[in-house]
Amino acid sequence: MSLRGLTPRFWVSATLVAFVVLVGLVGPFIVSAAPDDTVGGLYDRPQCCGTLLLGTDNEGQSVIANLAYGTRTSLIIGLLAGAFATVIGLLVGLVGGYRGGWIDDVLTAITNVGLAIPGIVVIILVSVSLPRRNLYTLALVIGLTAWFWVARAVRAQASSIRTREHIDVARLSGAGFWSILGRDVLPYLLSYVVMAGVLQVSGAILYESTLSLLGLGPGNATSLGTMLYWAIAWGSVRTGAWWAFVPPTLMLTLIVFGLLLLQSSLNEVFNPRLRRGRAARKKADKEGEVTEEPAAVVAEPEPVGATGMLETPTTGREHR
Amino acid sequence: MALARYLGRKVAWTLVVLVVALVLNFLLPRLIPGNPVDAIVGQVAAGGGTGGEQLQQVHEHFMQEFGLDKPMWQQFLVYVGNVLQGDFGTSFGQYPASVNTLIGQALPWSIAIQLPAIIVGWVLGNLLGALAAFKGGWFDRGAFVGSLFFSSVPPFALAIILLFLVAVQLGALPVGGAYSFGLSPELSLTFFGDAITYFWLPFWSLVLVFIGGQAVGMRSMAIYELGSDYVNYNRGLGVRDGMTVRYIFRNAMLPQITGLALSIAALISGGLITELVFSYPGLGTLLFTAIGQNDYPVIQAITLLITLAVLIANFAVDILTGFIDPRIRAAQSGER
Repeated sequence: MSLRGLTPRFWVSATLVAFVVLVGLVGPFIVSAAPDDTVGGLYDRPQCCGTLLLGTDNEGQSVIANLAYGTRTSLIIGLLAGAFATVIGLLVGLVGGYRGGWIDDVLTAITNVGLAIPGIVVIILVSVSLPRRNLYTLALVIGLTAWFWVARAVRAQASSIRTREHIDVARLSGAGFWSILGRDVLPYLLSYVVMAGVLQVSGAILYESTLSLLGLGPGNATSLGTMLYWAIAWGSVRTGAWWAFVPPTLMLTLIVFGLLLLQSSLNEVFNPRLRRGRAARKKADKEGEVTEEPAAVVAEPEPVGATGMLETPTTGREHR
Repeated sequence: MALARYLGRKVAWTLVVLVVALVLNFLLPRLIPGNPVDAIVGQVAAGGGTGGEQLQQVHEHFMQEFGLDKPMWQQFLVYVGNVLQGDFGTSFGQYPASVNTLIGQALPWSIAIQLPAIIVGWVLGNLLGALAAFKGGWFDRGAFVGSLFFSSVPPFALAIILLFLVAVQLGALPVGGAYSFGLSPELSLTFFGDAITYFWLPFWSLVLVFIGGQAVGMRSMAIYELGSDYVNYNRGLGVRDGMTVRYIFRNAMLPQITGLALSIAALISGGLITELVFSYPGLGTLLFTAIGQNDYPVIQAITLLITLAVLIANFAVDILTGFIDPRIRAAQSGER
């Protein structure tokens, strides 16, 4: 894939994501204050340069320091949880779709139950029950509740690849189960997996902030969500202390929007049928397949929805 | 016949999920190490103001209510029995208030804000999406990017910014709560007129997010339909545009209805946080308080309610699509 094939949308979204990653990576080294240091009073106004560039929060801590460390925490949780969810979903989907039989039935049943129960409910229940909450338990919990979409999408694709001829060839030449999965099935899915991964990361970051807002955030670290939690709990919105809540809100919006935009532009790169235009449309007609975007987008409000990246919800039902 | 079998399968499936949800709801909070009742009593004691005898009473009350002296499976049956009777027990945090009372106060506000928001957002979003796909050009581009933005902004971020700009900076609408201090909820014009001013901000911040999501989905479906054979055929025949648009709309609608089921869980959880931001006295705010107090009965009741709402919505959409789309019935009963 050459760089010329990439749309402007891709570059915009990549810039957004890169910016946030940069803040999370480099920010903590540049800001001289630690997020827990008290550097001023309650909601000091922003003043030029240094640790007070964005004022102080309800505990007199530097907002910009919190922002840098919080972005890092949120990114770590997002990446870990996203990786968890994608890997589990990929494994379950691949094995189920390729193997078929009772294993597939069991895995599909689990997946469907998991899809039907709202993820937020399970996450709240687990988080409430945990004796201690930290960054890693949070990432684990989010990852464990978010893989169902990936599993379903991957399964559908894997079970259709199973019947292709090159799989027979591989089998006849004595390739093992995992080798076929890894070398002959997985490559067809890679583009989906990448996109699903991106969606999962943005979904996990959103989940983290939602949980933190409810008071279930990581106990030992500052994240963008916990910043918002304190900002709202201490009435910064009401008193007009914008520097306490605008930066984390903006940062969250940037990263989530950037990741979703990235996913949709990757989708366009991987799937020419989504490009608007006569030629593209004609081609789509001939193939008579269903576009990928609708289902993926339908689930976007809850961006855990790498959904039916492969198919619209309706066709998903028909296949079952 | 096919429809009956389809319905039967859906009912059975919903029940299975419900049982799993009940088990999770029951089991997870019980995994907390130690006896939850001891922990609660400890908290009540730490709060002060309660004598030793009263603590003993509280302790016994909860031990009995949860049947903690009995084996696990019996506890589960007790739990399910209570839930089936619509009894969610007693609140830890606001002892001796019953969870039912707390939920009863909060639920109407949540429904009042979320149901209209979902319906209005869905209708407007689909219209916008279809229009964008059909018109194309700059209108399409603007609508698409706008929708994409609103659908991917975290719902609470939009809520926070709206609250700050409209209520705090402009002072156009009240800052938080659901009605003015001094009034009490009643069915009168004064109360309604007052409550509606508190209603607008949370309502619109939910609707905007939802319009975005729906419009993006509808637009892609409609673009896909625009390229299909029947549209080209209609063009060749010289059928009026309005007619073709109607066909396109009907065909593109179906995945949107299923999409509604998919996004309902996200909407509800997004709505909870939105309530929180506006301190709207619904389930979200109640959940927030309950989490702060480790009030497990209230948390459990709310999570169960959310699950129920999502299951019912999914079920309703399944049934609806079953009626609308004959292909689904056929596929389900194996005729294809």
